[in-house]
Amino acid sequence: MKMKVALTGNEAVAQAMKQINPDVVAAYPITPQTEIVQFFSSFVANGQVDTEFVTVESEHSAMSATVGASAAGARAMTATSANGLALMWEVLYIAASNRLPIVMPVVNRALSAPINIHCDHSDSMGARDSGWIQLYSENAQEAYDNLIQAVKIAENPKVLLPVMVMMDGFIISHALENLEVIGDEDVKKFVGEYKPDYYLLNVKNPVTFGPLDLQDFYFEHKRQQAEAMENAKEVILEVGKEFGKISGRNYGFFEKYKLDDAEMAVVVMNSAAGTAKDVVDELRAQGKKAGLLKLRVFRPFPHKEIAEALKGVKAIGVMDRAETFSDFGGPMFAPIRAAMYDLNAGNTIVDYIYGLGGRDVVPQDIKKVFEDLEAIVNKGKYDKLVTYLGVRE
Amino acid sequence: MSFNRNFGQGEGRNSAEAVTPDKGWKDLVRGGIIPTAGNAESYKTGDWRSRRPIWNEDKCIHCLMCWRFCPDVAIITDDGKFKEFDYDHCKGCGVCVSVCPTNAIDFVDEDMASDEDKQKNEQV
Repeated sequence: MKMKVALTGNEAVAQAMKQINPDVVAAYPITPQTEIVQFFSSFVANGQVDTEFVTVESEHSAMSATVGASAAGARAMTATSANGLALMWEVLYIAASNRLPIVMPVVNRALSAPINIHCDHSDSMGARDSGWIQLYSENAQEAYDNLIQAVKIAENPKVLLPVMVMMDGFIISHALENLEVIGDEDVKKFVGEYKPDYYLLNVKNPVTFGPLDLQDFYFEHKRQQAEAMENAKEVILEVGKEFGKISGRNYGFFEKYKLDDAEMAVVVMNSAAGTAKDVVDELRAQGKKAGLLKLRVFRPFPHKEIAEALKGVKAIGVMDRAETFSDFGGPMFAPIRAAMYDLNAGNTIVDYIYGLGGRDVVPQDIKKVFEDLEAIVNKGKYDKLVTYLGVRE
Repeated sequence: MSFNRNFGQGEGRNSAEAVTPDKGWKDLVRGGIIPTAGNAESYKTGDWRSRRPIWNEDKCIHCLMCWRFCPDVAIITDDGKFKEFDYDHCKGCGVCVSVCPTNAIDFVDEDMASDEDKQKNEQV
Protein backbone atom coordinates (compact mmCIF):
# COMPACT_ATOMS: atom_id res chain seq x y z
CA MET A 1 0.00 0.00 0.00
CA LYS A 2 1.27 3.43 -0.91
CA MET A 3 -0.19 6.80 -0.08
CA LYS A 4 0.47 10.35 -1.28
CA VAL A 5 0.71 12.74 1.65
CA ALA A 6 1.88 16.26 2.37
CA LEU A 7 4.43 16.29 5.17
CA THR A 8 7.36 18.38 6.32
CA GLY A 9 10.74 16.69 6.46
CA ASN A 10 10.49 16.31 10.22
CA GLU A 11 6.98 14.86 9.97
CA ALA A 12 8.14 12.42 7.30
CA VAL A 13 11.04 11.25 9.46
CA ALA A 14 8.81 10.93 12.55
CA GLN A 15 6.36 8.95 10.41
CA ALA A 16 9.17 6.59 9.33
CA MET A 17 10.20 6.15 12.97
CA LYS A 18 6.59 5.35 13.89
CA GLN A 19 6.47 2.67 11.21
CA ILE A 20 9.85 1.26 12.25
CA ASN A 21 8.45 1.12 15.81
CA PRO A 22 11.81 0.90 17.63
CA ASP A 23 12.05 -0.66 21.10
CA VAL A 24 13.80 2.37 22.60
CA VAL A 25 14.17 6.03 21.64
CA ALA A 26 16.30 8.24 23.87
CA ALA A 27 16.46 11.81 22.63
CA TYR A 28 17.00 15.44 23.54
CA PRO A 29 15.46 18.31 21.60
CA ILE A 30 17.51 20.72 19.51
CA THR A 31 16.48 23.03 16.69
CA PRO A 32 15.76 22.06 13.91
CA GLN A 33 15.39 18.42 14.99
CA THR A 34 12.99 19.17 17.89
CA GLU A 35 9.80 18.36 15.98
CA ILE A 36 10.94 14.83 15.17
CA VAL A 37 11.21 14.00 18.85
CA GLN A 38 8.05 15.97 19.66
CA PHE A 39 5.96 14.15 17.04
CA PHE A 40 7.44 10.82 18.02
CA SER A 41 6.77 11.35 21.72
CA SER A 42 3.11 11.99 20.87
CA PHE A 43 3.03 8.61 19.08
CA VAL A 44 4.38 7.09 22.29
CA ALA A 45 1.83 8.94 24.44
CA ASN A 46 -1.02 7.87 22.16
CA GLY A 47 0.03 4.25 22.22
CA GLN A 48 0.68 4.21 18.47
CA VAL A 49 4.11 2.65 19.00
CA ASP A 50 5.51 0.17 21.50
CA THR A 51 8.59 2.28 22.12
CA GLU A 52 10.11 3.01 25.52
CA PHE A 53 10.84 6.74 25.29
CA VAL A 54 13.70 7.91 27.48
CA THR A 55 13.92 11.63 28.21
CA VAL A 56 17.51 12.57 28.93
CA GLU A 57 19.39 15.65 30.07
CA SER A 58 21.73 16.05 27.10
CA GLU A 59 22.72 14.55 23.77
CA HIS A 60 25.71 12.88 25.38
CA SER A 61 23.18 11.04 27.54
CA ALA A 62 20.83 10.47 24.60
CA MET A 63 23.52 8.64 22.67
CA SER A 64 24.74 6.85 25.82
CA ALA A 65 21.23 5.59 26.62
CA THR A 66 20.81 4.53 23.01
CA VAL A 67 24.10 2.63 23.15
CA GLY A 68 23.00 0.91 26.37
CA ALA A 69 19.63 0.00 24.93
CA SER A 70 21.17 -1.32 21.73
CA ALA A 71 23.75 -3.41 23.63
CA ALA A 72 20.91 -4.75 25.76
CA GLY A 73 19.33 -6.10 22.59
CA ALA A 74 16.83 -3.38 21.65
CA ARG A 75 16.29 -1.72 18.31
CA ALA A 76 17.29 1.76 19.44
CA MET A 77 17.10 5.19 17.82
CA THR A 78 17.73 8.83 18.61
CA ALA A 79 17.84 12.06 16.58
CA THR A 80 19.82 15.27 16.72
CA SER A 81 21.30 18.33 15.02
CA ALA A 82 24.42 20.50 15.13
CA ASN A 83 25.80 21.06 18.65
CA GLY A 84 23.74 18.11 19.86
CA LEU A 85 25.67 15.86 17.50
CA ALA A 86 28.90 17.50 18.60
CA LEU A 87 28.03 16.74 22.24
CA MET A 88 27.50 13.09 21.28
CA TRP A 89 31.02 12.99 19.89
CA GLU A 90 32.77 10.41 22.10
CA VAL A 91 29.70 8.19 22.28
CA LEU A 92 29.35 8.14 18.47
CA TYR A 93 32.65 6.28 18.35
CA ILE A 94 31.57 3.96 21.15
CA ALA A 95 28.36 3.09 19.28
CA ALA A 96 30.27 2.31 16.10
CA SER A 97 33.14 0.46 17.78
CA ASN A 98 30.78 -1.71 19.80
CA ARG A 99 29.14 -2.50 16.45
CA LEU A 100 25.68 -1.39 17.55
CA PRO A 101 23.16 -0.95 14.71
CA ILE A 102 21.65 2.33 15.97
CA VAL A 103 19.79 4.53 13.49
CA MET A 104 19.76 8.30 13.90
CA PRO A 105 18.24 11.08 11.81
CA VAL A 106 20.47 14.15 11.76
CA VAL A 107 18.88 17.42 10.68
CA ASN A 108 21.82 19.36 9.29
CA ARG A 109 22.54 22.64 11.03
CA ALA A 110 25.61 24.86 11.36
CA LEU A 111 27.86 24.46 14.38
CA SER A 112 28.46 27.36 16.76
CA ALA A 113 30.07 29.88 17.07
CA PRO A 114 28.71 32.42 16.31
CA ILE A 115 25.43 30.73 17.10
CA ASN A 116 23.35 29.82 14.07
CA ILE A 117 20.38 27.50 13.77
CA HIS A 118 20.27 27.20 9.99
CA CYS A 119 21.49 24.65 7.53
CA ASP A 120 24.95 23.60 6.63
CA HIS A 121 26.70 20.26 6.83
CA SER A 122 29.39 21.06 9.37
CA ASP A 123 27.69 18.90 12.02
CA SER A 124 27.48 15.57 10.17
CA MET A 125 30.71 16.22 8.28
CA GLY A 126 32.48 16.55 11.61
CA ALA A 127 31.30 13.04 12.44
CA ARG A 128 32.32 11.55 9.11
CA ASP A 129 35.19 9.50 10.52
CA SER A 130 33.37 8.25 13.63
CA GLY A 131 32.58 4.88 12.06
CA TRP A 132 28.94 5.62 11.24
CA ILE A 133 27.42 4.99 7.86
CA GLN A 134 26.16 8.29 6.43
CA LEU A 135 23.20 8.65 4.08
CA TYR A 136 22.26 12.10 2.74
CA SER A 137 18.77 13.05 1.53
CA GLU A 138 17.76 15.66 -1.03
CA ASN A 139 14.19 16.02 0.21
CA ALA A 140 11.61 14.68 2.67
CA GLN A 141 10.87 11.70 0.45
CA GLU A 142 14.49 10.62 0.48
CA ALA A 143 14.82 11.24 4.21
CA TYR A 144 11.80 8.99 4.81
CA ASP A 145 13.09 6.33 2.41
CA ASN A 146 16.66 6.47 3.74
CA LEU A 147 15.56 6.09 7.34
CA ILE A 148 13.63 2.91 6.62
CA GLN A 149 16.53 1.48 4.62
CA ALA A 150 19.00 2.51 7.34
CA VAL A 151 17.53 -0.01 9.79
CA LYS A 152 18.05 -2.86 7.38
CA ILE A 153 21.56 -1.75 6.44
CA ALA A 154 22.64 -1.28 10.06
CA GLU A 155 21.32 -4.62 11.28
CA ASN A 156 22.73 -6.73 8.45
CA PRO A 157 25.08 -9.28 10.09
CA LYS A 158 27.81 -8.39 7.60
CA VAL A 159 27.59 -4.75 8.67
CA LEU A 160 26.39 -4.15 12.25
CA LEU A 161 27.28 -0.47 12.20
CA PRO A 162 25.22 2.57 13.17
CA VAL A 163 23.70 4.73 10.44
CA MET A 164 22.94 8.44 10.42
CA VAL A 165 20.46 9.84 7.92
CA MET A 166 20.82 13.51 7.03
CA MET A 167 18.43 16.12 5.69
CA ASP A 168 18.83 19.87 5.47
CA GLY A 169 17.64 21.87 8.46
CA PHE A 170 14.60 24.11 7.80
CA ILE A 171 14.98 23.90 3.99
CA ILE A 172 13.69 20.32 4.18
CA SER A 173 12.88 19.70 7.84
CA HIS A 174 10.30 22.50 8.04
CA ALA A 175 9.08 22.71 4.44
CA LEU A 176 5.89 20.98 3.37
CA GLU A 177 6.33 18.53 0.54
CA ASN A 178 4.28 15.97 -1.34
CA LEU A 179 5.65 12.53 -0.83
CA GLU A 180 4.61 8.93 -0.99
CA VAL A 181 4.61 6.84 2.17
CA ILE A 182 4.51 3.08 2.32
CA GLY A 183 1.94 1.14 4.33
CA ASP A 184 2.70 0.26 7.97
CA GLU A 185 2.64 -3.47 7.25
CA ASP A 186 5.03 -3.14 4.30
CA VAL A 187 7.53 -1.21 6.43
CA LYS A 188 7.17 -3.71 9.27
CA LYS A 189 7.85 -6.58 6.89
CA PHE A 190 10.72 -4.75 5.23
CA VAL A 191 12.62 -3.93 8.43
CA GLY A 192 11.74 -7.29 10.00
CA GLU A 193 12.38 -8.17 13.61
CA TYR A 194 15.72 -7.30 15.17
CA LYS A 195 17.37 -10.50 16.39
CA PRO A 196 20.83 -9.75 17.77
CA ASP A 197 23.23 -12.66 18.24
CA TYR A 198 24.91 -11.17 21.31
CA TYR A 199 23.03 -8.94 23.74
CA LEU A 200 23.29 -8.05 27.41
CA LEU A 201 19.80 -9.12 28.45
CA ASN A 202 20.36 -12.69 27.28
CA VAL A 203 20.62 -14.37 30.67
CA LYS A 204 21.16 -17.78 29.08
CA ASN A 205 24.39 -16.63 27.50
CA PRO A 206 25.87 -13.71 29.42
CA VAL A 207 28.24 -11.57 27.36
CA THR A 208 30.49 -8.58 27.96
CA PHE A 209 30.40 -5.47 25.76
CA GLY A 210 33.18 -2.90 25.61
CA PRO A 211 35.92 -4.55 27.70
CA LEU A 212 39.46 -3.19 28.00
CA ASP A 213 41.14 -3.81 24.66
CA LEU A 214 44.86 -3.03 24.63
CA GLN A 215 47.84 -3.53 22.33
CA ASP A 216 47.04 -7.19 21.71
CA PHE A 217 43.54 -6.83 20.24
CA TYR A 218 42.41 -3.23 19.61
CA PHE A 219 44.01 -3.06 16.16
CA GLU A 220 42.26 -6.28 15.08
CA HIS A 221 38.90 -4.89 16.19
CA LYS A 222 39.50 -1.71 14.16
CA ARG A 223 40.39 -3.86 11.16
CA GLN A 224 37.05 -5.66 11.58
CA GLN A 225 35.28 -2.30 11.65
CA ALA A 226 36.96 -1.29 8.39
CA GLU A 227 35.83 -4.57 6.85
CA ALA A 228 32.24 -3.99 8.03
CA MET A 229 32.29 -0.58 6.35
CA GLU A 230 33.49 -2.19 3.14
CA ASN A 231 30.75 -4.84 3.40
CA ALA A 232 28.23 -2.04 3.87
CA LYS A 233 28.71 -1.03 0.23
CA GLU A 234 27.25 -4.25 -1.08
CA VAL A 235 24.50 -4.25 1.55
CA ILE A 236 23.49 -0.64 0.80
CA LEU A 237 23.01 -1.58 -2.85
CA GLU A 238 21.05 -4.75 -1.98
CA VAL A 239 18.78 -2.90 0.42
CA GLY A 240 18.34 -0.08 -2.11
CA LYS A 241 17.09 -2.57 -4.69
CA GLU A 242 14.86 -4.37 -2.23
CA PHE A 243 13.37 -1.06 -1.16
CA GLY A 244 12.65 -0.34 -4.82
CA LYS A 245 10.39 -3.38 -4.92
CA ILE A 246 8.07 -2.07 -2.22
CA SER A 247 8.27 1.63 -3.06
CA GLY A 248 9.09 1.92 -6.74
CA ARG A 249 12.07 4.09 -5.79
CA ASN A 250 15.52 2.56 -6.24
CA TYR A 251 18.56 3.77 -4.36
CA GLY A 252 22.29 3.45 -5.00
CA PHE A 253 25.40 5.31 -3.86
CA PHE A 254 24.52 8.42 -5.83
CA GLU A 255 22.21 9.81 -8.47
CA LYS A 256 23.62 10.67 -11.88
CA TYR A 257 21.70 13.52 -13.46
CA LYS A 258 22.42 14.05 -17.17
CA LEU A 259 25.97 13.03 -16.37
CA ASP A 260 26.80 10.38 -18.96
CA ASP A 261 27.84 12.72 -21.78
CA ALA A 262 28.57 15.75 -19.59
CA GLU A 263 31.67 17.87 -20.13
CA MET A 264 31.13 19.79 -16.92
CA ALA A 265 29.39 18.71 -13.75
CA VAL A 266 28.80 19.58 -10.14
CA VAL A 267 28.94 17.11 -7.24
CA VAL A 268 26.46 18.08 -4.58
CA MET A 269 24.55 16.65 -1.62
CA ASN A 270 21.16 17.23 -0.02
CA SER A 271 18.69 19.99 -0.92
CA ALA A 272 20.98 22.09 -3.12
CA ALA A 273 20.95 19.18 -5.59
CA GLY A 274 17.33 20.06 -6.44
CA THR A 275 18.26 23.65 -7.28
CA ALA A 276 21.28 22.49 -9.26
CA LYS A 277 19.19 20.08 -11.36
CA ASP A 278 17.08 23.04 -12.55
CA VAL A 279 20.25 24.83 -13.60
CA VAL A 280 21.48 21.72 -15.43
CA ASP A 281 18.15 21.56 -17.30
CA GLU A 282 18.45 25.21 -18.28
CA LEU A 283 22.01 24.76 -19.54
CA ARG A 284 21.07 21.61 -21.43
CA ALA A 285 18.28 23.57 -23.15
CA GLN A 286 21.02 25.92 -24.35
CA GLY A 287 22.91 22.95 -25.76
CA LYS A 288 25.56 22.95 -23.01
CA LYS A 289 26.78 19.60 -21.76
CA ALA A 290 26.13 20.09 -18.06
CA GLY A 291 25.53 17.29 -15.57
CA LEU A 292 25.27 16.54 -11.88
CA LEU A 293 26.24 13.86 -9.41
CA LYS A 294 24.23 13.86 -6.20
CA LEU A 295 26.04 11.87 -3.55
CA ARG A 296 23.80 9.87 -1.20
CA VAL A 297 26.34 7.64 0.56
CA PHE A 298 29.32 9.50 2.01
CA ARG A 299 30.39 6.75 4.46
CA PRO A 300 31.39 4.25 3.19
CA PHE A 301 32.87 6.46 0.47
CA PRO A 302 32.12 4.92 -2.95
CA HIS A 303 35.40 6.09 -4.45
CA LYS A 304 35.63 3.65 -7.35
CA GLU A 305 32.05 4.23 -8.44
CA ILE A 306 32.38 8.01 -8.20
CA ALA A 307 35.59 7.96 -10.24
CA GLU A 308 33.95 5.79 -12.88
CA ALA A 309 30.91 8.10 -13.07
CA LEU A 310 33.01 11.27 -13.37
CA LYS A 311 35.73 9.84 -15.63
CA GLY A 312 34.62 11.56 -18.81
CA VAL A 313 33.75 14.92 -17.22
CA LYS A 314 36.41 17.51 -18.10
CA ALA A 315 35.60 20.07 -15.40
CA ILE A 316 34.15 19.06 -12.05
CA GLY A 317 32.90 21.48 -9.39
CA VAL A 318 32.55 19.88 -5.98
CA MET A 319 30.04 21.77 -3.85
CA ASP A 320 30.68 21.57 -0.12
CA ARG A 321 28.25 22.95 2.45
CA ALA A 322 30.95 22.74 5.13
CA GLU A 323 34.46 24.08 5.62
CA THR A 324 37.33 21.95 6.86
CA PHE A 325 39.62 24.91 7.64
CA SER A 326 42.41 22.92 6.04
CA ASP A 327 43.15 25.41 3.23
CA PHE A 328 42.20 22.56 0.91
CA GLY A 329 38.46 22.99 0.42
CA GLY A 330 35.48 21.22 1.97
CA PRO A 331 35.13 17.64 3.18
CA MET A 332 33.90 16.21 -0.15
CA PHE A 333 36.57 17.90 -2.25
CA ALA A 334 39.75 16.11 -1.22
CA PRO A 335 38.36 12.53 -1.33
CA ILE A 336 36.71 13.10 -4.71
CA ARG A 337 39.90 14.56 -6.12
CA ALA A 338 41.86 11.63 -4.65
CA ALA A 339 39.36 9.13 -6.07
CA MET A 340 40.04 10.49 -9.57
CA TYR A 341 43.83 10.28 -9.25
CA ASP A 342 44.35 6.67 -10.35
CA LEU A 343 42.31 7.12 -13.52
CA ASN A 344 44.74 9.75 -14.73
CA ALA A 345 41.91 10.99 -16.95
CA GLY A 346 42.94 14.64 -16.92
CA ASN A 347 39.85 15.94 -15.13
CA THR A 348 40.10 19.36 -13.56
CA ILE A 349 38.45 19.44 -10.16
CA VAL A 350 37.72 22.56 -8.14
CA ASP A 351 35.79 23.21 -4.96
CA TYR A 352 32.95 25.54 -4.04
CA ILE A 353 32.10 26.19 -0.43
CA TYR A 354 28.54 27.44 -0.23
CA GLY A 355 25.55 27.94 2.00
CA LEU A 356 27.28 28.11 5.39
CA GLY A 357 24.93 28.98 8.24
CA GLY A 358 21.89 28.68 5.99
CA ARG A 359 23.02 31.20 3.34
CA ASP A 360 20.67 30.59 0.40
CA VAL A 361 22.08 28.99 -2.69
CA VAL A 362 20.03 30.10 -5.67
CA PRO A 363 20.14 29.12 -9.37
CA GLN A 364 22.23 32.23 -10.10
CA ASP A 365 24.97 30.92 -7.76
CA ILE A 366 25.05 27.54 -9.45
CA LYS A 367 25.07 29.17 -12.88
CA LYS A 368 28.20 31.00 -11.77
CA VAL A 369 29.77 27.62 -10.94
CA PHE A 370 28.95 26.28 -14.39
CA GLU A 371 30.35 29.47 -16.01
CA ASP A 372 33.63 28.78 -14.21
CA LEU A 373 33.54 25.13 -15.27
CA GLU A 374 32.89 26.13 -18.89
CA ALA A 375 35.92 28.41 -18.78
CA ILE A 376 37.98 25.52 -17.38
CA VAL A 377 36.82 23.26 -20.23
CA ASN A 378 37.86 25.91 -22.75
CA LYS A 379 41.17 26.87 -21.15
CA GLY A 380 42.12 23.45 -19.78
CA LYS A 381 43.05 24.94 -16.40
CA TYR A 382 41.48 26.60 -13.40
CA ASP A 383 41.91 30.07 -11.93
CA LYS A 384 40.89 29.23 -8.39
CA LEU A 385 41.06 25.90 -6.56
CA VAL A 386 38.59 26.81 -3.80
CA THR A 387 35.84 29.41 -4.24
CA TYR A 388 33.54 30.73 -1.53
CA LEU A 389 30.24 30.86 -3.36
CA GLY A 390 27.78 33.55 -2.26
CA VAL A 391 29.97 35.16 0.38
CA ARG A 392 30.17 38.98 0.36
CA GLU A 393 33.63 40.22 -0.61
CA MET B 1 29.98 -27.71 53.81
CA SER B 2 31.97 -27.33 50.66
CA PHE B 3 33.56 -24.35 48.99
CA ASN B 4 33.54 -24.77 45.30
CA ARG B 5 34.80 -22.35 42.72
CA ASN B 6 31.76 -22.19 40.54
CA PHE B 7 31.72 -18.52 39.58
CA GLY B 8 30.34 -17.44 36.24
CA GLN B 9 29.63 -20.77 34.70
CA GLY B 10 27.01 -19.58 32.23
CA GLU B 11 25.53 -21.69 29.51
CA GLY B 12 27.71 -21.96 26.47
CA ARG B 13 30.83 -21.51 28.57
CA ASN B 14 33.82 -22.80 26.76
CA SER B 15 37.35 -21.83 27.71
CA ALA B 16 38.51 -23.02 24.31
CA GLU B 17 36.78 -19.94 22.84
CA ALA B 18 38.90 -17.59 24.90
CA VAL B 19 40.72 -15.01 22.83
CA THR B 20 44.46 -15.37 22.54
CA PRO B 21 46.92 -13.03 20.87
CA ASP B 22 47.70 -15.52 18.12
CA LYS B 23 44.23 -15.02 16.62
CA GLY B 24 43.81 -12.83 13.53
CA TRP B 25 41.06 -10.24 13.09
CA LYS B 26 38.84 -12.66 11.18
CA ASP B 27 38.80 -15.09 14.12
CA LEU B 28 37.91 -12.59 16.83
CA VAL B 29 34.38 -11.67 17.89
CA ARG B 30 33.45 -8.21 16.59
CA GLY B 31 34.05 -5.16 18.75
CA GLY B 32 35.79 -7.10 21.52
CA ILE B 33 32.52 -8.61 22.72
CA ILE B 34 33.26 -11.45 25.13
CA PRO B 35 30.69 -14.07 24.22
CA THR B 36 31.38 -16.62 26.95
CA ALA B 37 30.83 -16.03 30.62
CA GLY B 38 33.47 -17.04 33.14
CA ASN B 39 36.38 -17.00 30.74
CA ALA B 40 38.40 -14.72 33.01
CA GLU B 41 39.66 -18.04 34.36
CA SER B 42 41.56 -18.64 31.16
CA TYR B 43 43.25 -15.24 31.45
CA LYS B 44 46.29 -15.95 33.59
CA THR B 45 46.96 -12.91 35.70
CA GLY B 46 49.47 -14.63 38.01
CA ASP B 47 52.40 -13.15 36.10
CA TRP B 48 51.53 -9.67 37.41
CA ARG B 49 52.64 -10.87 40.86
CA SER B 50 55.82 -9.48 42.38
CA ARG B 51 55.36 -11.09 45.81
CA ARG B 52 54.23 -14.64 46.51
CA PRO B 53 52.09 -15.91 49.43
CA ILE B 54 53.38 -19.18 50.86
CA TRP B 55 51.21 -21.45 52.98
CA ASN B 56 52.51 -23.00 56.20
CA GLU B 57 50.38 -26.05 56.76
CA ASP B 58 51.48 -26.52 60.39
CA LYS B 59 50.19 -23.07 61.44
CA CYS B 60 46.94 -23.12 59.44
CA ILE B 61 43.70 -23.57 61.41
CA HIS B 62 41.51 -23.62 58.26
CA CYS B 63 39.40 -20.66 59.37
CA LEU B 64 39.27 -19.61 55.68
CA MET B 65 39.61 -15.89 56.38
CA CYS B 66 41.96 -15.86 53.37
CA TRP B 67 39.24 -17.43 51.20
CA ARG B 68 36.72 -14.79 52.30
CA PHE B 69 39.03 -11.84 51.73
CA CYS B 70 40.82 -12.86 48.54
CA PRO B 71 39.70 -10.25 45.97
CA ASP B 72 40.23 -12.83 43.23
CA VAL B 73 39.31 -16.47 43.72
CA ALA B 74 42.88 -17.59 44.22
CA ILE B 75 42.37 -19.59 47.42
CA ILE B 76 41.45 -23.15 46.52
CA THR B 77 39.61 -25.14 49.17
CA ASP B 78 38.65 -28.74 49.51
CA ASP B 79 35.93 -29.96 51.83
CA GLY B 80 36.01 -26.77 53.90
CA LYS B 81 39.78 -26.71 54.24
CA PHE B 82 42.55 -24.66 52.69
CA LYS B 83 44.06 -26.66 49.87
CA GLU B 84 46.34 -24.41 47.83
CA PHE B 85 46.89 -21.06 46.17
CA ASP B 86 45.91 -20.63 42.56
CA TYR B 87 49.16 -19.04 41.40
CA ASP B 88 47.84 -18.69 37.85
CA HIS B 89 45.49 -16.00 39.13
CA CYS B 90 46.95 -14.75 42.45
CA LYS B 91 48.22 -11.21 41.75
CA GLY B 92 50.18 -11.04 45.01
CA CYS B 93 48.11 -8.35 46.75
CA GLY B 94 48.86 -9.81 50.19
CA VAL B 95 45.37 -9.41 51.65
CA CYS B 96 45.40 -13.07 52.74
CA VAL B 97 48.68 -12.47 54.53
CA SER B 98 47.19 -9.53 56.45
CA VAL B 99 43.98 -11.22 57.52
CA CYS B 100 45.48 -14.57 58.57
CA PRO B 101 44.97 -14.77 62.39
CA THR B 102 47.79 -17.29 62.87
CA ASN B 103 50.38 -15.78 60.48
CA ALA B 104 50.27 -18.98 58.50
CA ILE B 105 51.01 -17.23 55.21
CA ASP B 106 54.51 -15.95 54.39
CA PHE B 107 54.92 -13.26 51.78
CA VAL B 108 58.18 -13.32 49.86
CA ASP B 109 59.58 -11.55 46.83
CA GLU B 110 58.82 -13.58 43.75
CA ASP B 111 62.54 -13.56 42.82
CA MET B 112 63.50 -14.73 46.33
CA ALA B 113 61.04 -17.63 46.57
CA SER B 114 63.04 -20.83 46.70
CA ASP B 115 62.45 -23.62 44.25
CA GLU B 116 61.32 -25.67 47.21
CA ASP B 117 58.71 -23.02 48.12
CA LYS B 118 57.48 -22.97 44.57
CA GLN B 119 57.30 -26.72 44.40
CA LYS B 120 55.63 -27.07 47.78
CA ASN B 121 52.81 -24.79 46.83
CA GLU B 122 52.29 -25.77 43.25
CA GLN B 123 50.80 -29.19 43.27
CA VAL B 124 48.76 -29.05 40.12
